[in-house]
Amino acid sequence: MTIKPPVEDFATDWDHTDERWVQDPYPIWEDLRSRCPVAHTDRYGGGWFPATHAGVSAVANDTENFTSRTVVIGNGRPEEDALPAPIGVAPPITSDPPFHQIARRLILPAFAPGPVNALEPRIRELCVGLLDQMKGQEVVNGGMDYAQYIPAAVISRMLGFPEKDDDIFREFVHIVLEGVDHPREERIEEFAPIEEYFTAQIQDHQERPRDDLTSYLLNVEVGGEKLAIEHVFGTMLLVLVAGIDTTWSAIGASLLHLATHPDDLERLVNEPELMPFAIEEFLRFYAPVTMARLVKHDMDYLGVPMKEYDWILLGFPAANRDPAVFKDADKFIIDRLENRHLAFGLGIHRCAGSNLARLELRVAIEEFIKRYPRFEVADRRAVTFAQGQVRGPRNLPFRVLA
Amino acid sequence: MKVVIDAERCQGHGRCFSLAPGIFEFDDLGNGVVIGDGTLTDETIELARLAQSNCPEHAISIEESA
Ligand code: HEM
Ligand code: SF4
Repeated sequence: MTIKPPVEDFATDWDHTDERWVQDPYPIWEDLRSRCPVAHTDRYGGGWFPATHAGVSAVANDTENFTSRTVVIGNGRPEEDALPAPIGVAPPITSDPPFHQIARRLILPAFAPGPVNALEPRIRELCVGLLDQMKGQEVVNGGMDYAQYIPAAVISRMLGFPEKDDDIFREFVHIVLEGVDHPREERIEEFAPIEEYFTAQIQDHQERPRDDLTSYLLNVEVGGEKLAIEHVFGTMLLVLVAGIDTTWSAIGASLLHLATHPDDLERLVNEPELMPFAIEEFLRFYAPVTMARLVKHDMDYLGVPMKEYDWILLGFPAANRDPAVFKDADKFIIDRLENRHLAFGLGIHRCAGSNLARLELRVAIEEFIKRYPRFEVADRRAVTFAQGQVRGPRNLPFRVLA
Repeated sequence: MKVVIDAERCQGHGRCFSLAPGIFEFDDLGNGVVIGDGTLTDETIELARLAQSNCPEHAISIEESA
């Protein structure tokens, strides 16, 4: 790994992997909003970070001037990528119009409220099972032993991968998201086990089709033709990567909030009707995901001179704290009624898994606070955050209180 | 008074049919759809406004005159 100098001024040299940003980005974003709504960096070959809701919305809704060809910032220059727009490596997230709509429509039915809500009993059973395994412990790990396992198990079941492989997946997710600044050759090497595993699964599903997402992708037809294997592969990779770290982060951040805000915990335990509003406020306040775009051509945009192939980091979590849009934006209000947050993005790439993510988040919290109506952080220093474009607590030692 | 969803803007965030299932439902893709012709009553207007104020895409509008 290359050692990078620490950031001195985020307005002119931002880096989302800088230790200060990883630990506590909110004061940084607040400062940027007040000074220079669009921050610049020369790192990663050049990029911009709009810190306001207006800036984030403008870019997210503009597929003419920005491409989704790569949405994870790295050192590799994007033109080297094997599969360019409009398809990209992981459709639909790396696809641009018009192909994007085709790829998205393919997967939306599998993630629509109907099929997703049907998973609720299985998810609840999974959560209860994980809690049962923690029984008798004075300090439980709400991150590593709970939040982490829920989305991994749900997605791998959806794809039809065997339960015994759940640990392997989590490793894959780290490879994809947390090795962002590794050199390109290293990245190719790191990806090899994922490619191998998926190829084996695809083959297995071709020989023995089942009622799961992998078989669905292998058999679905667009214009009378089956999908290219690269497309199937890319979409499988996408739901695996997009569905695990993100939801783990959201569950973990919500539990951490409750552990550190006993009043909110008590209200949520006593007033379960607040849950729908609490879930949206957790998502607004602790939105875990930032996504990237590439500038398509030189232009002046949002008042700054953008260059072709500059990165744009879409700070949905920063937009969610913009006082221009949210009243008391920096306050967590468990029963906030109006909440147009952007945790799941905006525009054509709106998180396809948002129904599933909300369901997992709700059930995970419901079951956790049912089992542990009172808990606190056992060791503040042991709480660690993931670095990268998906930010959330990983290790969450909670002391169970009587 | 009537509530309408602009299908061009709706991206299926699902806030409307979760908050106000009596007024909105979802289609096969998970996009929001207004149930019936969207006529609002004194009882439903507030819920429709709540849904409107939670749609991230600003896809919901309430036509006061209709
Ligand atoms: C709390 C958890 C989650 C958060 C905060 C989240 C956030 C996001 C965001 C912000 C985007 C927009 C990306 C962009 O604009 O480039 C996105 C896209 C996407 N997410 Fe999620 N996500 C979560 C969970 C999930 C889950 C559980 C799945 C699936 C199993 C999923 C699948 C997807 C897919 C397929 C896309 C691409 C949609 C498209 O490009 O049309 N996500 N997600
Ligand atoms: S809340 Fe808005 S974007 Fe979401 S489904 Fe309803 S109308 Fe569509």
